[in-house]
Amino acid sequence: MFPPLPNPSVQPSASKFGEQDLVRRSASTVPQPARQLTPMAKLIDVSKCIGCKACQSACLEWNDLREDVGINHGSYDNPLDLTPNSLTVMRFTEWVNPETKNLEWLIRKDGCMHCADPGCLKACPAPGAIVQYSNGIVDFVHDHCIGCGYCVTGCPFNIPRISKADNKAYKCTLCSDRMAVGQGPACAKACPTQAIVFGTKDDMKKWADDRIKDLKSRGFKNAGLYDPPGVGGTHVMYVLHHADQPKIYAGLPENPRISPVVQLWKGLTKYAGLTAIAAFAAIGVLHHVVMGPNRVTEDDEQNAKRLAEDRS
Amino acid sequence: MSAHKIEPGVVGHGIADPDDSVHRGNPVTVDRYTAGARINHWITATCLVLLAVSGLALFHPSLFFLTGLFGGGQLTRALHPWIGVVLFFSFAGLFFRFWRLNLWKGADTTWMVRLNEVIGNRDHEDPELVEIGKYNAGQKIVFWGMSFLIIVLISSGVVIWNHYFSDYSTVDQKRLAMIVHSIAAVVIICVWIVHVYAAIWVRGTIGAMTRGRVTGGWAWRHHRKWLKELVTGKPPG
Repeated sequence: MFPPLPNPSVQPSASKFGEQDLVRRSASTVPQPARQLTPMAKLIDVSKCIGCKACQSACLEWNDLREDVGINHGSYDNPLDLTPNSLTVMRFTEWVNPETKNLEWLIRKDGCMHCADPGCLKACPAPGAIVQYSNGIVDFVHDHCIGCGYCVTGCPFNIPRISKADNKAYKCTLCSDRMAVGQGPACAKACPTQAIVFGTKDDMKKWADDRIKDLKSRGFKNAGLYDPPGVGGTHVMYVLHHADQPKIYAGLPENPRISPVVQLWKGLTKYAGLTAIAAFAAIGVLHHVVMGPNRVTEDDEQNAKRLAEDRS
Repeated sequence: MSAHKIEPGVVGHGIADPDDSVHRGNPVTVDRYTAGARINHWITATCLVLLAVSGLALFHPSLFFLTGLFGGGQLTRALHPWIGVVLFFSFAGLFFRFWRLNLWKGADTTWMVRLNEVIGNRDHEDPELVEIGKYNAGQKIVFWGMSFLIIVLISSGVVIWNHYFSDYSTVDQKRLAMIVHSIAAVVIICVWIVHVYAAIWVRGTIGAMTRGRVTGGWAWRHHRKWLKELVTGKPPG
């Protein structure tokens, strides 16, 4: 068993990290932080999940959010998708293993992966609306959010949701407010089977190795860790019993990366676009300086007059 | 229809555009745009400038400060698409006013081939380059370019207008719409620069859109075929 997170002191304490630990800030730059925080990670062991949704409840509870009462869609998924209130949802898949012909009930806790190379942050046009700390947290700063939805196009996991109530983007914060006082995420705290554990990224990888060995010994020969390199690794990782086909877990992307379309839009287009506009303006000024204005001459006026007089 | 028809100084009216007419005097003046067309044009122009400024604010981080002109980022994001809707309908008005006179003719191809002579101010004695109707090839390209780009911008813009239409497209479609919208916006700003610069460079042009008329000399120099047509009352040749 993974040692449970200790209950921290209830005495007020200073925040363990803050503005000075930012490594990235949307649409702006930050100075190199003076210190490097220990990278933290949440490990979700899909093989241990019993689908109780304690994590969903804990998330709503801690973040003081309420989900609308939905309708039964014929599956355990409730709500059916992430919303501005439900920052995490369990996705249930009934999958028949083609080798064993067994029905496997795959349950994946979906939510922000806290990418090391976050597409949301790259796409965001509002300075400081999305920030990344050196411990790996990618957080939305709602005071600066303008509700444009660019983060939605930037995200390779389709996570952020824009609220129709206040036109701001919402997603899992990795409980940055709890981490700031030495606690772990609410979902990990609530998980009764330790399917969700939390600690330093190194510890989580070690813990995952043991879990993968165990799963392999039980016949899951493709068990493995999901820490996709296409986004620089993530600070939310999965242990999957079928790591060779993440798609079967309700469409977990095989090799997620920031879409090349978004890269092009936020890269070349941005610079080439402004250059083109400046060039057109400069050519105009230059042409005017060299050629001078194109003026109507007195001859032109006389010709026009003659034309009009001839007519009468 | 309008008062100038009974004015004794009126010489003739255009066939292609019956609102245009020539007035005798010193200098001769020529009506080019009705008050309706001018109002229509300036509503469109105002929208285009507001759209360019608010759009550029969200396009490049170094221009984000421009959102201040619209009352902050949230308001810029909310207003931009609505201004786009106004521009779309306003431009549609211009389109239906002007499309017929902007149809491409054989002479326009010649004009474009010899564009360097026009830009170099060497076109004023050449009959091939001075016998121009109400619009020259450059103006026609601006007209059709704007028309095409506005269609592209409004259609891609609706896809990324999340407040109302986020549920009607996939994330991949939104990504595509995003880049198409950005590139089309850059191109239309460049076309707009050409349009504005041409109006400044060719002196006497701006009066056509402010007071509605140009001098006879201007028409003789830049749109001689149009002037002759107005004076004779029928297309020449």
